Amino acid sequence: MMAGKWRWLLVALLLAAAVAAPLGQKSYIVYVLTSWLVFAIAAMGLNLTLGYAGQISLAQASFMAIGAYVTALLTLAGWHWLIATPLALLACFVVGLLLGYPALRVKGHFLAFVTLAFNTLVFLVLRNEEWLTGGSYGLSGMPRPDLGLFTTMRPLPFYYFTLAVTVIAALAMWGIVRSPWGRAFRALRENPIRAESLGLDTRRITLLAFAIGSAYGGLAGALVTSLVQFIEPASFGVGHSLRILLMVVVGGAGSFFGPFLGSGVVILLPEVLRFTEGYYLIIYAVLVIVMLIYAPEGLIGIGARLKMKFFSRSQVRADMSQGASLK
Amino acid sequence: MTAPVLSVRNIEKRFGGIRAVRGVSFDVHKGEILGLIGPNGSGKSTLFNCILGQLVPNAGEVAVSGRDVSGMRPSDLNKLGVGRTFQQLSVFPRMSVFDNIILAGQEHRGTMSSRLFGAPDAGLTQDAERMIAFFRLTHLRDELAGSLSYGQQKLVDAAMAFMAGPSIVLLDEPAGGVNLTMLAHLKDRLVTYNAEHGTTFVVIEHNMEFVMSLCTRIIVLAEGAVIAEGTPDEIRSNQTVIDAYLGG
Repeated sequence: MMAGKWRWLLVALLLAAAVAAPLGQKSYIVYVLTSWLVFAIAAMGLNLTLGYAGQISLAQASFMAIGAYVTALLTLAGWHWLIATPLALLACFVVGLLLGYPALRVKGHFLAFVTLAFNTLVFLVLRNEEWLTGGSYGLSGMPRPDLGLFTTMRPLPFYYFTLAVTVIAALAMWGIVRSPWGRAFRALRENPIRAESLGLDTRRITLLAFAIGSAYGGLAGALVTSLVQFIEPASFGVGHSLRILLMVVVGGAGSFFGPFLGSGVVILLPEVLRFTEGYYLIIYAVLVIVMLIYAPEGLIGIGARLKMKFFSRSQVRADMSQGASLK
Repeated sequence: MTAPVLSVRNIEKRFGGIRAVRGVSFDVHKGEILGLIGPNGSGKSTLFNCILGQLVPNAGEVAVSGRDVSGMRPSDLNKLGVGRTFQQLSVFPRMSVFDNIILAGQEHRGTMSSRLFGAPDAGLTQDAERMIAFFRLTHLRDELAGSLSYGQQKLVDAAMAFMAGPSIVLLDEPAGGVNLTMLAHLKDRLVTYNAEHGTTFVVIEHNMEFVMSLCTRIIVLAEGAVIAEGTPDEIRSNQTVIDAYLGG
């Protein structure tokens, strides 16, 4: 119970820090912080698909693209962001559902290549269908959400708008992973054959893992549309999918707070290291490699390891303990 | 007359040129504890997997309480009241014992939407606590299942198979790798559950002492076919079985 209280206190402190962080900062810093929140949402989605449900996907950037382009096209046509975004999420959910079908037949590396090919396919469609997507020139001039009394035209209000969307998305994800669905996703990751034998429809839960994860990618894309107000296919290539994968792995796959930490490292660390000038990307790459070698379970895993080191307790494996006793 | 809980008719399974199961038929009635024995390669596990929908047989039919379930998916079969345990350890290692047990029952409660928007425990906490206590795992309730000993994980596996209140449970080598103390405990729990709930068991096992003391009837397989059937005493004194399996 105490652990739960501490956890909520920590969340409240982090939230307060997220509210205070952009105050008094220049526009660029506010932009970087907003990017962190946007990518945290995309990573949250991939964390559900990969971290909780164990289905590898290298296509999260393509769902950001679908979300971004659907939102952009609709808002350019005069639709409000708040109406365009749910439609973009729906589109991503449906496409994610379809992408989940190969996962019913192929696993592991083969599934990774299927999703990689899908990301490339989306990229090519966006680049070649100029009549709709603007091709390599992309789309620009998308309006930011106007919420009446609260307008998001300036960087700081848009940051707070993004923060509010992130909190809502995180609460929804918390609800999912704590529900029996969350338990089913973890069961799919750990032992799909056993899960099926316990009545779990693993086909349905696999498709849902892809669809929900993709919808989160779409939400991140819808926010990118308003953040940058310019989108082009190169912003959603395979490299970006790998970057989101890195966020999930660095933060700790299958951990609720992992995506926030991971996206923080991937988005914010290069900025923090800029004082090293030309060396910052080298230092960043070395830090990531060292971390993955010594903490393959991610940053969250380091915390768990420290907890075990300082608060270790006796083993429960003894076969002759109460569980083995006879009447 | 009520239909058998499980009815297997002329099951045939081939892997290329090898006939792993050759026209096996048997019935299992309510409350029975049927043992299925035979040496390695006799087709026991293949037959099990055909019954449980993990393998598609080349011929034959399987019925549960009179309903044809041939080719049915394992999840649908489970919803019809068929539980199972696995030969290899088959818990969810990074989930607590409590979550393992809840998972085993949650798909039998409510709808997809109620499992998303309803209580995280699917209203199963009391049932799960009862099942954990029945297998005397209460002190391990919040431990990760993967951190338990082999025998304890076998108990969790069995508890999961019972959680949804099945009418029949198929146990695949429950005694394999389990120490004698734990084995006695497992047998005690199975016998008690059978007596209290009238649940039917089919047990594949190599441990003859375990099978003979647990089962009410035994079927012996060799090279994919049934070579003997009877009570433990009849099997003990069956010359074919003695010659082929018990080293008599």
